[in-house]
Amino acid sequence: MLDEQAIRTFLHGTTRYFEVAAQQPASVGSPYLMAPGELELHEYTGVIAVSGRRDGIVYFTAPRGMLTVLLMRMNESDVSHENICDIVGEVANTIAGNARRDFGNQFMISVPTVLAGAGKKPQLPAGSHPIVIPINWRSHSARLVVALR
Amino acid sequence: MSGIARQECVFAQPFRLLIVDDSNVMRRRIERSQNLPQLEVVGTARDGREAIERFVETDPDVVTMDITMPHMNGIECVEEMVRMKPGVLILIVSALADKATAVEAMEKGANGFLNKPFSDRQLNEALEELLGGA
Repeated sequence: MLDEQAIRTFLHGTTRYFEVAAQQPASVGSPYLMAPGELELHEYTGVIAVSGRRDGIVYFTAPRGMLTVLLMRMNESDVSHENICDIVGEVANTIAGNARRDFGNQFMISVPTVLAGAGKKPQLPAGSHPIVIPINWRSHSARLVVALR
Repeated sequence: MSGIARQECVFAQPFRLLIVDDSNVMRRRIERSQNLPQLEVVGTARDGREAIERFVETDPDVVTMDITMPHMNGIECVEEMVRMKPGVLILIVSALADKATAVEAMEKGANGFLNKPFSDRQLNEALEELLGGA
């Protein structure tokens, strides 16, 4: 299970992403343990596989509306499905990659896999105790989920 | 040739920039946000293999390089590009925030490191610093 310091690493990474990339801070809620069977996803999910000293996944799931505004805040006028998929993967990649500042280079991350639409769910590693970090940005809600062993 | 004439000569031929990132949004963002008059974008690439192909085709002077990419990662690309053109200036633009990765990239021949996420100002400052050494 993630300790307090590890959770703080992901909280900081999430806060920093919105402050710097979107130049508009997000409100990050209190992290909580995902309840069994609770695997609610928004329309788009960027999944990063983690290997090395830790293994598991980190995913960022968000509604299309939020990702559209995020692209626009980055002066991106092309808000096509392809770019929405791209940015949700990039957010997950950036937050997971930034975690290496604390975890070191043995915290190895994959390129992002993107899930779009209903029906597809990320595979949570057995024995992990996923932590959910709620994110509120403008009028939108999203989640970062960290499921590591 | 006088100092002034030499300076005019430099600006007459801008530095050629290749942008490498597996994210289309990031490639477009770097292209749009970089505003140094002495830089001209000559190509983009979305993975390591394509980066090497574009590098050969476009002969850039400056490269912005992601690390986590399919096919061939950014550090392998740096090594290959420096082997092909030892004077090339490479700015790593990556989410990987650990010191060991930055040190490894520099040892392979990268000249600067910019962590994602970044602001437009941070990008331009990093590019300016890179060119300051040229």
